[in-house]
Amino acid sequence: MSLMSMTLLAAPAADPTLDDFGHDPIGIVILKSVVIFVVLMLGVLFGVWFERKLISRMQNRYGPNRAGKFGLLQSVADGLKMGLKEDLMPRTVDKVIYFIAPVVLAVPAFLAFSVIPMGPKVNMFGVETPLQLTDLPVAVLLVLAMASIGVYGIVLAGWGSRSPYAMLGGLRASAQVVSYEIAMGLSFVGVFLFAGTLSTSGIVAAQANGGSFALGDVDIPLPSWYMILLIPSFAIYVITMLGETNRVPFDLPEGEGELVGGFQTEYSNSLKFAVIMLAEYVNVFVVSAVSITLFMGGWRAPWPISMWDGANTGYWPLLWFFLKMVLVFSFFIWARASLPRVRYDQLMSLGWKILIPANLAWILLVATMRAMRLDGVNQTVVLILGAVVLAGALAIWLRFDTTLQRRREAKAAQVEAEFEQLQAEPTAGGFPVPPLDLPHYHGVGRKEVPSGTN
Amino acid sequence: MELYAPILVLAVLAAGFAIFSVTIAPFTGPKRWNRAKLDAYECGIEPTPQPVGGGRFPLKYMITAMLFIVFDIEIIFLYPWAVAFDQLGLFGLVEMVLFIVTVLVAYAYVWRRKGLDWD
Repeated sequence: MSLMSMTLLAAPAADPTLDDFGHDPIGIVILKSVVIFVVLMLGVLFGVWFERKLISRMQNRYGPNRAGKFGLLQSVADGLKMGLKEDLMPRTVDKVIYFIAPVVLAVPAFLAFSVIPMGPKVNMFGVETPLQLTDLPVAVLLVLAMASIGVYGIVLAGWGSRSPYAMLGGLRASAQVVSYEIAMGLSFVGVFLFAGTLSTSGIVAAQANGGSFALGDVDIPLPSWYMILLIPSFAIYVITMLGETNRVPFDLPEGEGELVGGFQTEYSNSLKFAVIMLAEYVNVFVVSAVSITLFMGGWRAPWPISMWDGANTGYWPLLWFFLKMVLVFSFFIWARASLPRVRYDQLMSLGWKILIPANLAWILLVATMRAMRLDGVNQTVVLILGAVVLAGALAIWLRFDTTLQRRREAKAAQVEAEFEQLQAEPTAGGFPVPPLDLPHYHGVGRKEVPSGTN
Repeated sequence: MELYAPILVLAVLAAGFAIFSVTIAPFTGPKRWNRAKLDAYECGIEPTPQPVGGGRFPLKYMITAMLFIVFDIEIIFLYPWAVAFDQLGLFGLVEMVLFIVTVLVAYAYVWRRKGLDWD
């Protein structure tokens, strides 16, 4: 142990804080907005190609390889094709809602990206400005709010189409997204506890200074990313980010076996559908960027690269951010290639019965540990409080467990009894024969028709 | 306010693009009339007539939405608490334990009344 020493790194001076925002000249603001917008559009083109290519290699096939080098122009070709397709609009749709829905879906997806930090302060055409469009004291709340507004797009698309498949798909999608939004919101609480701020640049800065661990001459930094410090929060976030964006294994809204295309069924393969698809991919990018910002140290370089002094200065962080985005996006594709779709009741019970209570328990645990470390806090009181909460949680869990067990046994006994009865007399209900005096389905009674008449 | 202005710029860009795409969609493609194309898609059978203003839908979805509102408000209470935790100290912890226990009572009630079961 004599070789090892622990030091705490100070937060770097170039880190943007909340005070650095809101002073950009209008030209820089427009430039940043346009760059974010264009990069997101190109990112969707690249993302679609990358997803198809990677999932193909995972399934032992080539994927798109005709349009352009390595099939890189495939998404462009698809986009053009969509533009040249006939635009079908069923005559039953509610026209205003039907046209507004894709817009409501797409705009919030883009807006969430405005608070994602992508680098430190740089010199942009003579103006010292952070590589981030803007930051708010409630930046993460903005991301959640935009995700909630996006649900309106889904509901309106399903509602305005006035077709059963679209309607059910829209309802399913919105129920799923709101359910997972709760678990997602709860998984952020641990991060806020540690960072002490809701501003995204503040959260990235808070993840900069873990301690470092000197082993002989080599400095090994201690983990400062919240994905390591708050593993349960991160695990829950990863699950909810798949559920929130309707991706496999939670892609039930477009479960084609049962709902055709879900809420987008009536949006034929035209530019309207292109906007919906764009919004979906941008949403995937948003949740990836949020996971990077909140849990993976944001734009900061990972350990081996961060030993290089210039790694976190200038425009380099854009590269680290992009690489992290590619990694997280690859995880989405990996999940899509490996996992089967879950059933809807499984999806809902995972969200409501497991993720939410587990999250609440974890938040209380983290808060208790945090309170232990605060100065001027009576540690005995905290410990007693923690013990009481733990005992209470255990008691509730045991009570639930015994209840569930009892129900399961009752159900098994019932099934067993039915089986025994059927074994004893096969005619008791061995084959489902409808009773012959059953009224017609629409409430019309059966009419006697004498034989020999038409 | 300066902090929020850039969001507006991005909103104008995104909304402009989305509205443009949706508006020109009917004009970029060919138009060939066919009665079936104008029907809602139902795998080839005659579409079920849907009442104006939306049909009925399972009550489950409404219950889910209500539960979402309850729990979403709980999250909103958790955020300022988490941010100010270091200043609140033990008081904050005790208060939050009491708050979460109160919400858990409602949660257990909903669970027991099968509000969380889908079938």
